[in-house]
Amino acid sequence: MNGLLHQISSGIASGAIYASVSLALVMIYQATHHVNFAQGEMATLSTFVALTLIHAGVPFWAAFVITVVLSFGLGVAVERVLMRPVMNAPVLTSVGVFIGLLLVINALDGWIFGFTIKAFPSPFHSAHPLLGGLVSPHELGETGLTVVVLLLVWAFFRFTPLGLAMRAAAHNPVSARLCGVNVSRMLGLGWGLAAAIGAAAGIMVAPVVFLDPNMMSGILLYAFAGALLGGVDNPFGAVIGGFIVGVLENIFGAYIVGTELKLTVALIIIVAVLLVKPTGLFGRAVQVRV
Amino acid sequence: MPALLEARDLRAGYGPPDVLHGIDFTVEEGGVTALLGANGAGKTTTLRALCGMIRRSGRITLGGERIERAATEEIVRRGVGHVPDGRGTFLELSVEENLRLGAYTRRDRAGVAADMERMFGYFPRLQERLRQQAGTLSGGEQQMLAIARALLVKPRLLLLDEPSFGLAPLIVREIFHILRRINAEERTSILVVEQNASLALDLADHAFLLETGRIVVSGTASAIRQDETVRRSYLGY
Ligand SMILES: Nc1ncnc2c1ncn2[C@@H]1O[C@H](COP(=O)(O)OP(=O)(O)O)[C@@H](O)[C@H]1O
Ligand SMILES: [Mg+2]
Repeated sequence: MNGLLHQISSGIASGAIYASVSLALVMIYQATHHVNFAQGEMATLSTFVALTLIHAGVPFWAAFVITVVLSFGLGVAVERVLMRPVMNAPVLTSVGVFIGLLLVINALDGWIFGFTIKAFPSPFHSAHPLLGGLVSPHELGETGLTVVVLLLVWAFFRFTPLGLAMRAAAHNPVSARLCGVNVSRMLGLGWGLAAAIGAAAGIMVAPVVFLDPNMMSGILLYAFAGALLGGVDNPFGAVIGGFIVGVLENIFGAYIVGTELKLTVALIIIVAVLLVKPTGLFGRAVQVRV
Repeated sequence: MPALLEARDLRAGYGPPDVLHGIDFTVEEGGVTALLGANGAGKTTTLRALCGMIRRSGRITLGGERIERAATEEIVRRGVGHVPDGRGTFLELSVEENLRLGAYTRRDRAGVAADMERMFGYFPRLQERLRQQAGTLSGGEQQMLAIARALLVKPRLLLLDEPSFGLAPLIVREIFHILRRINAEERTSILVVEQNASLALDLADHAFLLETGRIVVSGTASAIRQDETVRRSYLGY
């Protein structure tokens, strides 16, 4: 029983990471109808930047904030320089750009920071066992921080005029423009925000999985499964989907398929969703009356 | 009356070929101008060209300032509210969010709140459905929402693209009655596109008729009503 509880709680901890990356994917998907395959590699690059800052003596949380801000800028720059020219190009063109970006960042990481696996410090420590030893201090802190980030993002989209304008620009760019919204600026902001969320997720997961240029590739797959499961056009659903995938992955890994085959859980979920309910659990078709 | 909007030799289109072949027209300050024409004549294209939504050339002035090179969102900020073809509802967002988007360019919170209340005066049904997803509204309610959204821009000029389209006659009457009030009470100048010519000529003081991208008749609404071509082809008597 305690074993199962333990699997669930660490599932929630990794689910928080998947949920963040799912959200980043869905934000960009909603605005552009493209899946940013390079989302994970961008987060890895951010994590390398954070580690470099920490090694240079910058305190952990300062490094965290600096990295998140820099990553926001990276996201805006990627949109402006790489995505805007191919905005109206055929899907395969932008897929090509995403894959190219993925490979370039991956190679760049290896070239600058090396391919060896690196330890990453955790800011969360505790002398006492937490919740009866059910979770590690890092799991608890990481989950808490991620949930706070997700809530902030939600509040931003739900309660601020800028958040509303970003949603409007994603749903109906023509009408948004007629309301005076600068749609291309909103796209840039969306990319920046997605990159910033990815950076926070990368820094939070690195102490667990260790840092190397391929750190995020498996996580991106889980996040993709979470986004599909929740509904690829529904940010809220994507977050819930991310958590569900985290828990399923741990339970299946511990009791059914074994840890070596855990990644197949993501593939099974992806295939199952596409076959059974392509709109995902929370993806609702818009009700329209004429 | 001075001209609020003036278009000179306006050409516009979607690809290389022009859909509008150099048209000239004015919309007078405080008035209602009707743009008539058969399906495919280029009415929607004209409104899109005014708002910078498509390729266009020529000269367009709004209150004396040139806007033919300005981006759509800039033109909106200078005081043009556009109720587009198909209504342009944000279907996934709530009615309230749709309205808040109308006021997106404004920073005068008190003014926005007061205008919102005035919109509820014109369209009480919007207030009843404030929290509802806009996609669940009926066609007539969506048209009202689109008009209220465009008015929340606080425009000097309101562009309306076939506000009667697809609506029951009773609703159409209600909407045109409100448009008349809006023109009088808000002093908003209106350029209305309609296929239903008699409806538009009742509301308008000036009108012009578009045929395959060219203006063939223009003048006061009463003169247009007497015009042979208009009568035979568009009014049916
Ligand atoms: N999005 C578009 N792309 C290409 N051609 C268009 C588009 N919209 C309209 N047209 C063409 O422009 C011409 C005028 O159309 P439009 O302005 O919509 O007419 P109206 O509003 O008077 O019915 C038509 O020949 C139409 O086929
Ligand atoms: Mg039309």
